[in-house]
Amino acid sequence: MQHYSAFSLARHALSHHKNWQSAWRKADPKPRYDAVIIGGGGHGLSTAYYLAKNHGMKRVAVLERGWIGGGNTGRNTTAVRSNYFYPESVALYDLSLRLYEGLSKELNYNIMLSQRGMLIAAHTPIQMEICNRIANAMQLNGVDGRLMTAAEAEEKAPLVNKSKGARYKCMGGIWQDRAGTARHDAVAWGYARAASAMGIDIIENCEVTEVFTSSGAVAGVETTRGKIQTERLGVAAAGATPGLVQMVGGDLPIHNYDLQAFVSEPVKPCLDTVLLYLGTGTYVSQSDKGELVIGGGLDRVPTHGQKGNLPTQETVISGLLEMFPAFAQLKLLRQWAGVVDVVPDSSPVIGPVGPEGMFVNCGWGTGGFKAIPAGGYLLAHLLATGEHHDISRPFDLNRFAQGRLIDEAAGSGIAH
Amino acid sequence: MQQFPCPFCGLRNETEFHFAFEAGHPRPEPAKDVSDAEWAKYLYLHKAPKGKSSEIWLHLTCHEYFILHRDTVTREVLSCDVLPGAEA
Ligand SMILES: Cc1cc2nc3c(=O)[nH]c(=O)nc-3n(C[C@H](O)[C@H](O)[C@H](O)COP(=O)(O)OP(=O)(O)OC[C@H]3O[C@@H](n4cnc5c(N)ncnc54)[C@H](O)[C@@H]3O)c2cc1C
Ligand SMILES: [Zn+2]
Repeated sequence: MQHYSAFSLARHALSHHKNWQSAWRKADPKPRYDAVIIGGGGHGLSTAYYLAKNHGMKRVAVLERGWIGGGNTGRNTTAVRSNYFYPESVALYDLSLRLYEGLSKELNYNIMLSQRGMLIAAHTPIQMEICNRIANAMQLNGVDGRLMTAAEAEEKAPLVNKSKGARYKCMGGIWQDRAGTARHDAVAWGYARAASAMGIDIIENCEVTEVFTSSGAVAGVETTRGKIQTERLGVAAAGATPGLVQMVGGDLPIHNYDLQAFVSEPVKPCLDTVLLYLGTGTYVSQSDKGELVIGGGLDRVPTHGQKGNLPTQETVISGLLEMFPAFAQLKLLRQWAGVVDVVPDSSPVIGPVGPEGMFVNCGWGTGGFKAIPAGGYLLAHLLATGEHHDISRPFDLNRFAQGRLIDEAAGSGIAH
Repeated sequence: MQQFPCPFCGLRNETEFHFAFEAGHPRPEPAKDVSDAEWAKYLYLHKAPKGKSSEIWLHLTCHEYFILHRDTVTREVLSCDVLPGAEA
């Protein structure tokens, strides 16, 4: 692997940047692997990386039906945080944030982690009480969350609607200092590059069409590029995971919906934080290029089509304009959607499914970008040892039959 | 804005409708014989089909549940039905 540094940049300038190695090898499928991962999104790629790094497993392939990072990983609004409500969730998401904090160095790839903080804003006294409760939970869970006053919030987001008749006048909210954003493509590419350098095959344009079993255990997969044998199979295919698990006769607690995002034309720096309004459900941050990156709630129609519907666009944008009337002057440059895998308790499903040797990492819904390092770390642990890591155990599929849901939708009231 | 058909009210804006669950998911009975796993399956496990799908929807304005046949990839509505035993 070519090391990236200021020195290598200068050296390649001499040859007009024409001799850079490609970041990862374009591998062709081999007939057999020790482990196969379906899905070349952030979770699949980080699984491969931690399999090699933490467990020394290198005869591993990541199979991606399109191009890596072309699913939700490359479509998300990149908010990262760990201020969840339940201890199980905080253990998971804070492991992820801690891994993110060291990731640019570890991967020798700049993932542009920007810990600019995140404010979850309230506009009624009742919401402030809920925020207080969540801030207390965060502190009990040992993360850096706290309650923020209205005055401080206005300082963080100076353009926020302060007018007398404002429908959603900011009363303050919950603040996490270590929250922020990271560059989504860089997370996928950085993991792919590091995994490939350790010998892992990353195989694009390779769709899994069938899962084979033999006496109750995984035996291999059929793909559009031929049959591959393996006894360990990890599935990290987001909204496509239910269909893959149905191939071996299992069902998952997942509905697929679209989640949309929007980007405005670039403007000068005007918002130095990630802001989510509980009242409107809209959230916004500003990219390094100056564009506003805007998101909101789910489309309410189950779908596998990566194309959002109009009423939700209207809801999200009208929420934005309530919060920031000045943004009404901006033009939207782009709009897109991803198919997110939504679980009733808004927590992921990580663990064994169906035949022996098969594990899933899915159900991240609207909030799994921030969880990419931890999701991969934990799925790698399952694939290598066959056992749960303590952090993934509560997220096993068996929580539904046991009535032990981890209801973050109700607990922290936050979509992302 | 897409329009969905209600068997009672005809074509209305999609925002008047609420997806309830996938069709063909009968409640297991009698309750005392139902295992935790069967009950969890009934409550939580879905197919999330890609393509043709039959779903129970609620028309929020008239409060009737009904069956909607749709394509989950193209979003095309194929047809709608009253629930078994009901009359439009
Ligand atoms: C608009 C939007 C905004 C979001 N905002 C945030 C946010 O701010 N913060 C946050 O934390 N999260 C956010 N999310 C959620 C986040 O993007 C996802 O939870 C996360 O990216 C999931 O990663 P993944 O690797 O599991 O899935 P994906 O990146 O979707 O990867 C799955 C891959 O599997 C491949 N695949 C599927 N089926 C097969 C098959 N049969 N064979 C081979 N390959 C297959 C797909 O092509 C895909 O590339 C957002 C999502 C969207 C859509
Ligand atoms: Zn009706």
